[in-house]
Amino acid sequence: MSAENFVQLLYLISTALFILSLKWMSDPATARKGVFSGVGAMLLAVAGTLAGVATTGGTHYWWILGAFVVGAAIGYPLAQVPLTAVPQRTALSHAFGGLAAGLVGTAKYFLFFGRGDVASLSPFIMAALVAEILLGFLTLTGSLMAAGKLQEVKWIPQRPVTYPLQNVGNIGMLIVAIGLGVALVSNPLAAWAPFAFLGVIVLSLAFGVLMILPIGGADMPTVISILNAYAGLSAVAMGFVLNNKLLITAGALDGSSGLILSIIMCKAMNRSFANVLFGAFGQAPKTTEAGEAKAYKSDTTESAAQVLEQASLVVIVPGYGMAVAQAQHKVRELYDLLKKRGITVKFAIHPVAGRMPGHMNVLLAEAEIPYDDLVEMDVINGDMPQADVALIIGANDVVNPAARADKNSPIFGMPIIDADKAKTVYAIKRSKNPGFAGIDNELYFLDKTYMLFGDAKVVVGELAKQLADDSGGH
Amino acid sequence: MHLSDNTSSVVQAEANHASGGHGQLDFMGALFVFMLASFIGVMVIQRVSRLLHTPLMSLTNAISAIAVVGAVIVAAGKDYPPYIMALGLVAIICSTTNIVSGFLITDRMLKMFKKQGGAGK
Repeated sequence: MSAENFVQLLYLISTALFILSLKWMSDPATARKGVFSGVGAMLLAVAGTLAGVATTGGTHYWWILGAFVVGAAIGYPLAQVPLTAVPQRTALSHAFGGLAAGLVGTAKYFLFFGRGDVASLSPFIMAALVAEILLGFLTLTGSLMAAGKLQEVKWIPQRPVTYPLQNVGNIGMLIVAIGLGVALVSNPLAAWAPFAFLGVIVLSLAFGVLMILPIGGADMPTVISILNAYAGLSAVAMGFVLNNKLLITAGALDGSSGLILSIIMCKAMNRSFANVLFGAFGQAPKTTEAGEAKAYKSDTTESAAQVLEQASLVVIVPGYGMAVAQAQHKVRELYDLLKKRGITVKFAIHPVAGRMPGHMNVLLAEAEIPYDDLVEMDVINGDMPQADVALIIGANDVVNPAARADKNSPIFGMPIIDADKAKTVYAIKRSKNPGFAGIDNELYFLDKTYMLFGDAKVVVGELAKQLADDSGGH
Repeated sequence: MHLSDNTSSVVQAEANHASGGHGQLDFMGALFVFMLASFIGVMVIQRVSRLLHTPLMSLTNAISAIAVVGAVIVAAGKDYPPYIMALGLVAIICSTTNIVSGFLITDRMLKMFKKQGGAGK
């Protein structure tokens, strides 16, 4: 077997392992096997590549080894972040992925340009190079912005930032970048071509920042998924440039994953891609109709605990507020105490609850709540009328009945968890302000709703304490 | 500025060789692979449990760090100018970061998912 074929064989096995890795993610029982398979695939890919460059006279091995070590040294602590910080870690790693693709594309172009290599800069390859740097660099800055917003970095505005002609400006910028790209494809070796290439890079970097500015926290799950898809597609473009099928396959797997997650997130908010990217959700908080000063009914944790005790089915609806307060372990205490009394406890998980797809599931799993009790929205809604208590922990828009009824509401049409159908509703809320999107929530004003104001961790802790004391008294 | 056909095909063969490619540029083949892989991706990912969407994303993060292949090819090239090698090395650092942190955190999260009954201590 020739060395070249040996490398391709390693790549082939690696590709198969990547596909298996994702297949095993279908079930929590086999998912860890998926990770091992992914690691194996990656090792084969790296081994194959090193073998490949060795046979064609590669050099700089010590430098490359050093780069591996530095990367591992940065990567290891990034894997140890608390699980509430997983959304920003994910955004950050999309940024790294975008940067890597962008840099390789840049290196390849200037290498070909420096050699005057007209054959390697065929229209197809040049187009792939432009796509690679465009996607790579906009993913870099877009993801950094998203990570900054999620981490609540001071100088990055959390609220959506909008200004006149924003969308026209952004799209115009993208069109100029693509225009430069087209010019490059037809004239890759012109004297001005490197400047056009750098122009595309600058425009992509700027577009990434401006694209994320108008996006608010509630849209983060969708945006992170879209950036995930871009990072994958830039790897595909790199595969086209290097004529490497392993890169194309692995990039396509990543791209389709990002795409599917974005579609699920969009459906869960009843919005389109275009609407998420250009809609500036929550930019203008709807003013509530004056004159109708509605009042909340607050309650004490003491009486809430008594109501919980009498229930036979309690449905807990977690939201971003639970993540912010890091309340998941207290929630687990409450869950245990209720379970001990023979009460059925289920968690209702909305697909966009939190700041990234699956965010709530991971936090609750961290608190060792069995995943059989984490129920998807469509399934739990059938049981909501039987629920004695719906306990809402830091969720807001995902339980707002206005999404069903009020055509003027910005979230009209979004599928929600039918918390209002439960017999009694308790809502734990940090403050009396409306939720992230600045939309009033009808649910809080219903006759059967009682508010528990305070930090989710503190309130749930008190509830658990009340229940624990009660059982001590028996 | 125009190279003769003869010279350019030699340059191309060299470039492909150095890039670990197939020696022959086959972009229709590449598009076929892309199309098929996308369909496989969509079908496999659709079956991933919603419980696992966060670990799925960190796993695909690690997988997309396959860009390390391109980064190594660029960094290892013989007779490449130093700034090209530097770009490749930075790209290796970025990709390795994603490989290490992506796989580790995915596994860390997956270890937490426990079945009913298995969770109680």
